[in-house]
Amino acid sequence: MINNENIACFPQWANYACAFKYICEKGFETKYIIPPPITKKTIELGSKYSPDYVCAPFKYCLGCYIEALEQGANCLMQIYGGCRLNYYGELAEVILKDMGYQFKFFNMADINFKSIKSIVEHFKIINPNFSLVKVAKSIPVMMNIIKTIDKFEDYIRLNVGFEVNEGEFEKTYNEFLQKLNNLKNGKQLKQLKKIYWKKLTNIKVNKPSKIIKVGMIGDYYTVQEPFSNYFMEKELAKFGMEIHRYMNLTNTLIHNKGKERKNVAKKYAKYNLGATANFTVAEAIDFAKNKFDGIIQVKSFGCTPEIDAMPILQNVSKDFNIPILHFSFDSQTSETGVKTRLEAFYDMVEARNKG
Amino acid sequence: MKVGIPRALLYFKNEKFWTTLFKEMGIEYILSPETNKEIINDGANLAIDETCLPTKILLGSINWLIDKCDYIFIPRIAYAHGQQMCTKFLAQTDLVYNTFRDRNPKLLFYDIDNKKVTAERKAILKMGKFLHIPKNHVKLAYILAKQTQLYYEMFRCESQENVVKNSNKNKILIVAHAYNIKDKYVGEPIIEAVKNLNCEPIIAEYFNAEQCIQASRNVSKTLPWGYNRHLVGAIEMYKDNIDGIILLTTFPCGPDSMVNDMIIRKYKNIPIITLTVDTQDGTAGMQTRLESFVDIINFKKGNL
Repeated sequence: MINNENIACFPQWANYACAFKYICEKGFETKYIIPPPITKKTIELGSKYSPDYVCAPFKYCLGCYIEALEQGANCLMQIYGGCRLNYYGELAEVILKDMGYQFKFFNMADINFKSIKSIVEHFKIINPNFSLVKVAKSIPVMMNIIKTIDKFEDYIRLNVGFEVNEGEFEKTYNEFLQKLNNLKNGKQLKQLKKIYWKKLTNIKVNKPSKIIKVGMIGDYYTVQEPFSNYFMEKELAKFGMEIHRYMNLTNTLIHNKGKERKNVAKKYAKYNLGATANFTVAEAIDFAKNKFDGIIQVKSFGCTPEIDAMPILQNVSKDFNIPILHFSFDSQTSETGVKTRLEAFYDMVEARNKG
Repeated sequence: MKVGIPRALLYFKNEKFWTTLFKEMGIEYILSPETNKEIINDGANLAIDETCLPTKILLGSINWLIDKCDYIFIPRIAYAHGQQMCTKFLAQTDLVYNTFRDRNPKLLFYDIDNKKVTAERKAILKMGKFLHIPKNHVKLAYILAKQTQLYYEMFRCESQENVVKNSNKNKILIVAHAYNIKDKYVGEPIIEAVKNLNCEPIIAEYFNAEQCIQASRNVSKTLPWGYNRHLVGAIEMYKDNIDGIILLTTFPCGPDSMVNDMIIRKYKNIPIITLTVDTQDGTAGMQTRLESFVDIINFKKGNL
């Protein structure tokens, strides 16, 4: 049954909002508002009410929640994970309630996934009269949306640095995302995918024979959310580099290759390092083996798993003779500083290439 | 064969357990010295800047040990009290190996990788096999070591409960992880300072873990870390018997950064002060803050 009371919202995270919107509106039959795009104000709001040295993704989430609550959302959601992410939900809920907001909170860390009763009970927070059939039907479509987004973005990352008419990729892709926001069913998704894949692949690119290849690694949120890494991928593309990134929802949630990744990392990290650190190490090794020109690690300040991965990355860097640039972002990082370091990195990589 | 045990992180949780275990298995061991400025400086040089202070102390201690023993004892514990641990403990074996890789460290460890009650016993038996010690011998050593640790903790808990009951001084609960409060450099100056202000320091860590974890369920539903649950539960159990709380953390502790905020939001009627220790010294600032904190407690009780 359609629920008109709840307006669900999940914090802004890369371009996946349309997938979450689809499952809420078509699966749970609850209204969903896409939170406003992250701006300086979002992170300022988030930092103001967050504990001081909590990791930056928490501050982004809290800022997003506040902005969404102001716009009328009343059912917030949070996922869970292997690190501090497990506690994001409850702490954010307590902070927002202390601020005086009234809302429901769907916290996945609270669900006992071994008991169906617990799962159903928590789903009822989103919509008390939800239909399990409709939810089950909408899940494959949601997965497809995510896969499509990741496929397109992978292609764009490889080519956006070499486009002939500047801004063409971004324009086409934004048009596609706009259409995804009002998606009706899986069939429409297939059509859209076909049309826009053709449009994207038809965009003229001018790739020189020798290109600089850079791999992006880092913590789950920072590497995926462009605002939180100061639009690093855009900046890199301006230098005319090919950007590779393995970390996205498709490779972690839908086709989880955790075990395979752990095996790749085995020579350096025997055990599970927690959260996405094994992915980070494994990707670095993959990039190094494939003769990339450089690796960039982005992470939020104080991200424990990524910090533990850093000595390992330094060993990888030594063994394969590949430069790794580490970036640690907080709410107060200067944009110019990031740009300067990237320029220096580019100069160094280019000089190595020529020499 | 000589095993080196770094006096850092999990040692403070398992001191009697580990030392008895090695003694009973007939293996010689040495302990790194109590934390001093030199160890901290060495650790800070070896570690990534953002690493937390206890890990820096760990690396500094291993730096001291590495040439003095055959094996460095550095277990990997992913679950405690049936709960998740901070990812630091998951990664520490690999972290130590990669940091000291050029010096060819030989590591001795056991690995607890699941929530089962038997996980620890199995892991210890596996370590015994690696050391070529007969299985029965290891089993016996394990039981003895476990009991020693248990009695030690029980005794500690009982004597502290007596203090809570009988002391007339202001009772200040110090909420800090074992590896912070028992560290010579981090926790001990704070305990001394509290004593000098004529207050009774009560260590949250010393209370019974099982009971505290049970009590913590009333405070927070999804708190993932077992060690933090222990501390939060201690506050919940003794909140009526204490006059103030010191939240002692090291910079930048991941779990504490969130849990401390939760504690401050949940216990609004008890005076709370947060003290953060870093590699920099300078306890003068803390001294002043503690003095005014005790003044607030006295004022609240009407003794000022």
